[in-house]
Amino acid sequence: MIEAKRYRKGTIAFAAVSGSGVVVILGCLALILVDIFVHGLPQLSWEFLTQPPRDGMTAGGIFPAIFGTVLLVLLMTIAVVPVGVITAVFLHEYARPDAWYARLIRSAVYNLAGIPSIVFGLFGLGFFIQFVGRNIDALLFGGEVVWGQPALIWASLTLAVLTLPVVIVATEEALRTVPRENREAALALGCTPFEALWKVTLPQAAPGILTGAILAVSRGAGETAPILFTGAAYFLPYLPTHPTDQFMHLGYHVYVMATQSPDVEATKPILYGTVLVLLLVTVTLNGLAVWLRYRLRRTQP
Amino acid sequence: MEGGPGDSLQERLGGLEAVGVPAVAATPDPKGVRLRRRKAIDRVARWFIAAIACTAIAAVALIFLFLAREAFPILTSSAIHEEVTLGKMIAPQPWREGEPPYYAWQPVSKVPKYSLLPLLVGTFKVAIIALLFAVPVAVLGAVFTSELAPRKVREVVKPAVELLAGIPSVVLGFFVLMVLATHLQDLLGLQYRLNAIVAGIGLGLAIVPVIFTLSEDALTAVPQSYREAAFALGASRARTAWSVVLPAASPGIFAAVVLGFGRAMGETMIVLMASGNAAILSWDPVLPVRTVPATIAAEMGEVVVGGPHWTVLFVLGVLLLLLTIAFNGLSGWYVRRLRQRLGGTS
Repeated sequence: MIEAKRYRKGTIAFAAVSGSGVVVILGCLALILVDIFVHGLPQLSWEFLTQPPRDGMTAGGIFPAIFGTVLLVLLMTIAVVPVGVITAVFLHEYARPDAWYARLIRSAVYNLAGIPSIVFGLFGLGFFIQFVGRNIDALLFGGEVVWGQPALIWASLTLAVLTLPVVIVATEEALRTVPRENREAALALGCTPFEALWKVTLPQAAPGILTGAILAVSRGAGETAPILFTGAAYFLPYLPTHPTDQFMHLGYHVYVMATQSPDVEATKPILYGTVLVLLLVTVTLNGLAVWLRYRLRRTQP
Repeated sequence: MEGGPGDSLQERLGGLEAVGVPAVAATPDPKGVRLRRRKAIDRVARWFIAAIACTAIAAVALIFLFLAREAFPILTSSAIHEEVTLGKMIAPQPWREGEPPYYAWQPVSKVPKYSLLPLLVGTFKVAIIALLFAVPVAVLGAVFTSELAPRKVREVVKPAVELLAGIPSVVLGFFVLMVLATHLQDLLGLQYRLNAIVAGIGLGLAIVPVIFTLSEDALTAVPQSYREAAFALGASRARTAWSVVLPAASPGIFAAVVLGFGRAMGETMIVLMASGNAAILSWDPVLPVRTVPATIAAEMGEVVVGGPHWTVLFVLGVLLLLLTIAFNGLSGWYVRRLRQRLGGTS
């Protein structure tokens, strides 16, 4: 009996110690969310979401920042989803798993996922702006700087490179859930491999691919470091309408207001409102993707 | 797929019709024109897909190439050598006359000073503090979730961790800067509101999901037979988790920690907002600190394109890239070792 008591005591003590880890995680998460919701929610209004800032960022809304973020992420998605899906299709449907080129691509994807976001910013600056942009200017505009400067298009392409692994990994997972028999049946009926892919495999993998795209959008909308010097601006009197325009961005807005505002107390309500909008966008999308994936995993055999 | 061969065929055909593919052959094609066209499309598609799939390789190569391209003048350009050389970045310099050589990072001053050491020490200091916070929390949490927690708890904790992972780093940085820093200062009686501890805890929050998820994966990868053997010998759940499962999963958990460290080193926005950004050469955790990524982020906006400062910041970028790739590689190596270890015995 004493043995049994010690046995149980040990288990309870261990559960308490290891459970404290979970408590800290949940506690921190709750603290962050509650603080931001409590301070940010009173800010949200129609005016806040649809008006530009006024009076040195102490009044008005954040419409240009929302608009810029949406546009940025839209362009990024257009660039990243096709490339990511095709790469995953190649890895899963065409390449032999142990082929050297498949291993090379996988290792590139793994490394790409681990590169710090600020390095992507440097890459965008060094490659897209200084190399691609400047060369377009030299060829088409006689050296006048049009494309060779921070711009919407370069920021979104930089983010596309950053989110490429997200789309590839999610798409591969989606392709894995399509039963092999379906492809074989299509081939047996006389489909070419591409037709089997296009008419059978991809439609069945579509929800999983959508999940990947949503995850990429959520990630892209929240990243601030890569756009610091590839196109984001603190304040613009106009909305971006051309790929070479600069843009306002929710994350960048939060960063500048929080660190460089001359009067932090005066901008604080707006700041909390902006953080809440950014958080709602990313968390909602992220939650949607997690939920979709959870449901997909459940329904698949 | 269960059942006899007959009904499984029907099932497959049913599966096809369900996605809108007519299972009956289309109109006749006597000369084989359409078949040839379809085959041509298939060939083109195959090449097109293979070509696009190389984008990931191209991206990594271009990142290396173009960071190196902008950093390279540090070795060759005499105009830049007037202000800074690689040697001056590494060794202590006699910045002020009559004083012994010392390390300093002050790019914007009469004599620009570009010592790497204060930034490197700062980066490692903050990353280590982040690990000290995140590793116990995440690993214990993962052990609890995978070994002890009832299913209901698991279904709350895992989405919560994914939610934490989905919070943008600028939001975490904001929270640390506006809320946590003040409370921590009052609590610990610190002299500086923004310091390495505050930034480290913020970073820790950012890497908890990484370490938690990878540790949890490693723990669930341990075969059930290990646990059953321990239970059969009379070990409690706690004893099994601690003495059997945890050691078996240890390479995977180590991989998680290494990956977390790599992430912490490269994370930008939290440190940029919450560290105080003073390049002080010291291991003291209560002083403000400046890290490599925060330096790039803070200074790149105001430098002359192609100038010495620009070049030095790209050198920092190359350094950061190499460091994180090394840590990622190490982490991947441990994950493979875990697989070998568990694969050979299960």
